[in-house]
Amino acid sequence: MNKSLATESSRWLKQQQKSRIQKSENFIGFLFISPMLLGVSVIVLFPIVATFILSFADWKFVTGIEQLKWIGFDNFIALSSDITFIKSIINNAIFILTVPMTMMIALFLAIIIDRNVYLKSYFKVAFFMPYISSVVAIAVVWQVLFHPSQGPINQVLMTIGIESPPTWISDPSFALISLMIIHTWISIGFSLIVYIAGLQSIPKELYEAADIDGANSWYKFRNITFPLVSPTSFFLLITGIIASFKVFDLIAVLTEGGPLNSTTMLVWHLYERAFINLDIGYASAIAVVLFLFVFTITIVQWIGQKKWVNY
Amino acid sequence: MRKHRRMNIKKIISTMILFFCSIAFLLPFIWMLSTSLKIETDVFKYPIEWIPTRWNAISNYQEVWFGEYPFYLYYWNSIKVAVLTTTVSVIVSSLAAYGFSKVKFPAGAWLFIIVLATYMVPPQASLVPQFILFRYLGIFDTHFGLILLGSFSVLGTFMLRQFFLGIHDDFIDAAKIDGAGHWRIFWRIALPIVRPAVATYAILRFIWTWNDYQNPLIFLRTDALYTIQLAMQKFTTINGSFYTLIMAAAVSAILPLLIVFILGQKHVIDGIALGGVKG
Repeated sequence: MNKSLATESSRWLKQQQKSRIQKSENFIGFLFISPMLLGVSVIVLFPIVATFILSFADWKFVTGIEQLKWIGFDNFIALSSDITFIKSIINNAIFILTVPMTMMIALFLAIIIDRNVYLKSYFKVAFFMPYISSVVAIAVVWQVLFHPSQGPINQVLMTIGIESPPTWISDPSFALISLMIIHTWISIGFSLIVYIAGLQSIPKELYEAADIDGANSWYKFRNITFPLVSPTSFFLLITGIIASFKVFDLIAVLTEGGPLNSTTMLVWHLYERAFINLDIGYASAIAVVLFLFVFTITIVQWIGQKKWVNY
Repeated sequence: MRKHRRMNIKKIISTMILFFCSIAFLLPFIWMLSTSLKIETDVFKYPIEWIPTRWNAISNYQEVWFGEYPFYLYYWNSIKVAVLTTTVSVIVSSLAAYGFSKVKFPAGAWLFIIVLATYMVPPQASLVPQFILFRYLGIFDTHFGLILLGSFSVLGTFMLRQFFLGIHDDFIDAAKIDGAGHWRIFWRIALPIVRPAVATYAILRFIWTWNDYQNPLIFLRTDALYTIQLAMQKFTTINGSFYTLIMAAAVSAILPLLIVFILGQKHVIDGIALGGVKG
């Protein structure tokens, strides 16, 4: 009886001690994460909630808060007949084509680098350089390279016999393609590095076994390499699509959405409405649409990672 | 022996193919550098003069660095913003990463999910309220505001947390029995172990901040506060067709990064590879 009381009380003591430790762990835990928590709340959480609320308002920033009017879904209704907005969505959709393009070139290069080549680290740095360089500087360089009459690219095209080469970024039917070429050129380095890492994780025995069976290169690519890098491909596909929605610098420096709205995209349209027209409510509605697109893609990624990736 | 030689020839051919591909990636940079050294009338000479015949390098770079838009000022601004953003971001992220991985408290799990969920928000979607908020707080058009915008990185927190999780709990418990508190454990044990990861993240954050164009464009108005990317754009608009000057500015904007990248090459490439494979 006494003994059990003693164990009982010691257990009680231990529990007290444990809960005291837990309490201090709680406190310390909050202390460690509080700067991050506070920052994320102020910089991201509060603004994104505000974006949703403001998307139901009609408000020009310059007029002061008292002029703000609540107009329900009118902004979204206006969006559905806004030609520039629809053009932006179409352009965003077309721009997604850069993602498979980038991935194919990167995978091709990665396979060669992963096999035996000399100067491995030189190649990694060379292909990666556009990715770390500032988009503004790169855009300016390409602007001159693409110069319609005197630019080196068109001079080369004219020497090899193309008499009237496209005027690239000043031609409405070539401007978007020009941006896509530059964007692909910038993004290849990133995909390449990720693919090389993915290829290195494929067990070499698989290739040796295939060699013994007399398999050719294409067979090995089709049945070993391609399926085994599919998690990497899936990751690159999703991050690539999300990144394509965020393209801003290239448009801002090279075309400002023109000529004739041929290169406008969601982010650019948002920027124009918000910071040039100061149309806060309308821009917030565009931001909500942008958010929903990226949100949907992220959800697809979460589900897809479990479902479609075969290891 | 013969097989060995065949392997070598294959290796040489692969290297050659890659080398030609890599030229496509380097040529724009070489063109940029070579143009920045020329005189204006030689810019569009064809066939392209890769090595300038008439040099004008000193006067070009002098105009960029000490002319009407003096780059030394914008360099200083960019260095200040990038270094401070990187420092604050590394501190905030590593503290949070430790709290989310090595301090066991029930609220931590779901708070981590909330923080992680904010990664889904494209930065541009919260831009408008940020703009209004910053004006209201009086930190619009200041470097402080710009630094604040880049200091709370979910990606950094997530990345460092992965590495903290790799430290065995017994290690932490042993230190606790010896009487060390979480602060000491974090500072003396955990952080030194994950130092390579911290270096990788710091280099990446520095590069991203240095290259950022959108935030300075929206949150800065005063010329004297411009960062290098914003100045680069203004410089281009003003100097319209002086391509040698524009290229000298572009070289100046890219060069420091190239140095950071080449010095920390292994960290950057490993970090990106790791992030990519883990997803």
